Amino acid sequence: MYKSVSLSVLFHVVFVIATIVSLPFVKKEPITAQQLIAIDIIQISEKTQLPFAPKAREIIEKIKKEKEKRVVTKQAPPKITPKEKPKAIPLPDKLKIKSEEEKKKQNPEEIKELNRQSSEFEKKELFDPNKISALIDKSKEETAEIQKKQSLELTQNQDSSVDLNKGITLSQEDAIKAQIYKCWNIPLGLPFDQNLLVRIRLTLRPNGSITSSEILDHARMNQPGQGFYKVLAESALRAVKLCDPLKMPTTGYEKWKDLQLNFDAKEMLKG
Amino acid sequence: MKKFYLTFFSILFFTQASFALVKIDITRGNLEPLPAAISKFYMEDPSKFSAELKALKLEKKIPELISNNLKRSGLFHIIDPKSYIQSPNIAHVKPTFQDWALIKAQIMVSGKLVIDSKKRLRVEFRLWDVIAGKEIEGLALFATPSSWRRISHIISDKIYERMTGELGYFDTRIIYVAETGSKTQRVKRLAIMDQDGANNKYLTLGNELVLTPRFNPTAQMITYMSYFKNLPRVYLLNIETGMQEVVGDFPGMTFAPRFSPDGKKIIMSFAKDGNSDIYSMDVATRVVEQLTTHPSIDTSPSYSFDGKYITFNSDRSGAQQIYVMRSDGSNAKRISFGEGLYGTPVWSPRGDLIAFTKIYKGSFYIGVMRSDGSGERLLTQNYYQEAPSWSPNGRVLIFYRETKSGKSEIGGSSSLWSIDLTGYNERKIKTLTDASDPAWSGLLSK
Repeated sequence: MYKSVSLSVLFHVVFVIATIVSLPFVKKEPITAQQLIAIDIIQISEKTQLPFAPKAREIIEKIKKEKEKRVVTKQAPPKITPKEKPKAIPLPDKLKIKSEEEKKKQNPEEIKELNRQSSEFEKKELFDPNKISALIDKSKEETAEIQKKQSLELTQNQDSSVDLNKGITLSQEDAIKAQIYKCWNIPLGLPFDQNLLVRIRLTLRPNGSITSSEILDHARMNQPGQGFYKVLAESALRAVKLCDPLKMPTTGYEKWKDLQLNFDAKEMLKG
Repeated sequence: MKKFYLTFFSILFFTQASFALVKIDITRGNLEPLPAAISKFYMEDPSKFSAELKALKLEKKIPELISNNLKRSGLFHIIDPKSYIQSPNIAHVKPTFQDWALIKAQIMVSGKLVIDSKKRLRVEFRLWDVIAGKEIEGLALFATPSSWRRISHIISDKIYERMTGELGYFDTRIIYVAETGSKTQRVKRLAIMDQDGANNKYLTLGNELVLTPRFNPTAQMITYMSYFKNLPRVYLLNIETGMQEVVGDFPGMTFAPRFSPDGKKIIMSFAKDGNSDIYSMDVATRVVEQLTTHPSIDTSPSYSFDGKYITFNSDRSGAQQIYVMRSDGSNAKRISFGEGLYGTPVWSPRGDLIAFTKIYKGSFYIGVMRSDGSGERLLTQNYYQEAPSWSPNGRVLIFYRETKSGKSEIGGSSSLWSIDLTGYNERKIKTLTDASDPAWSGLLSK
């Protein structure tokens, strides 16, 4: 009798524990003061439009000054309840339902991490000058509308960076550039008024080491009267070899395994 | 199964194709001089070298001279030979590039001295690209031991040419006016030396005042102005034979002579009755042609690199400015419009620029502008400096500078200086005496 009772108790205990562990809805999540994060998908590429961090910093400064005039993009989320009113914080289950609804609307299969646009509130609270590079992408997206209206001095070239096929962000591009700049000894005697663009195609391993480097206009190097081109091309090849291995992004190897570097010293030689 | 593979490879293909090739523009770089190592040369079979030749220590002196030349150009940084790991014989045959890369050299020069079966000195050199790990230039030259300096200059030119894409200027000479004596009794002699200041020789005795010597770009001949018997005349002097002759015998004063690029004509100024015009003279036939007829002072003429145009300075606009005209004297056009006075225009052998002296607010500047007058760039400023002359590759200018002297503040000591087109690489050229009016020769080994 006792044996059967104890077996039954044991069996029930095991069953209840198994149920708690395997069925998550039974487990109650602690109520935490989570901030509503609005997710907004806009039609841009993974590539940012800002070439330089200082420029981004300038724009961020401008945004700060003119936050009253801020134009919210068409797809901006509804106004978020301010933090000062704790009563308005939605319950976790409601929050969950809401975010699930939003995800459904936005087709989660197509969402990429870099496309995420932060809310105004989040930016206000989480602004950290030390993480300026991380903010570049966000700030660019935010100011897209403002820049159009205020006719900021963005070149056509920069605007045309809305390229869905581009593999790397401008921040990543800048990081690669910075490495090559240090390695490239520009031959000082070259004329600046000649077309001396040297294009080098690189193939990279996932760790950034170079498996092959090829000058695309190689035939030009041996043509008569192309001494300056040859000198520039050789200096560019030396730069590539000096920089091997390149520090590349840890993700997206497929996107950057083939690189083309266009070496042009015209502006530097002009002085 | 077939369908599965088809789908799998299609997905794989389209995933790959969806990323365009990443193109990155590299528009900035390091503008520091190129780090270079010049290894000591290797003497093959020293027993064949005479004691006299051994005493010259060419295996050390040749690389030293090459290093000095390249360093002076401002385009190369020569790494201290004390840090070289490899011995010269190994470096010349099969260098271990990692050893040279370790000391941050991007190029390396090695060499070998050999006495051949005919007892001639053979100097070999090789230029290595340390980063690419390959030989990019090599040459063997035969020489007499006494011409080792010339050999070193030729090797320097080859390295310079290979690494910059333009002609070198080390195997050249400079002619100038050597000045000695007090201010009131100044003795001025024509002197000639290598571009690095070595092998200085005097061509005239100093009995007459000499000014503005200029090289013939194609022959060992110079033209200059001299006050022989107090008559200012333009002369021709053959450097090899020492033969001297007066160029035309005009009733007035002839000055500021200069050769045409083909060396067949001399262009100069001729002054009479307070008016000065530009004339050209055929060296062979001595036929003289007047090119300007303006009632103002036209002087300092200089041919363009192709001989089709002439630049000169004139005060026809009221102040001294630079003009350009066709070589027949037609279509004169003012090209300098900046503040101050402009003089001594000289057309670059490359054809792109005109060098000049500018006087502005009591200071003298040496500068360059394009042949249409645009892009004026002042390279150096001083109390008194003038008379720029181009290196044969059109990259460096030589000129002279005077320092202030005592109370008079006119005509202190004068010296020769060079500056490259960047304006940063300014250097004093060593001369035995005070020096002025320099002119650069063409390449001797052209």
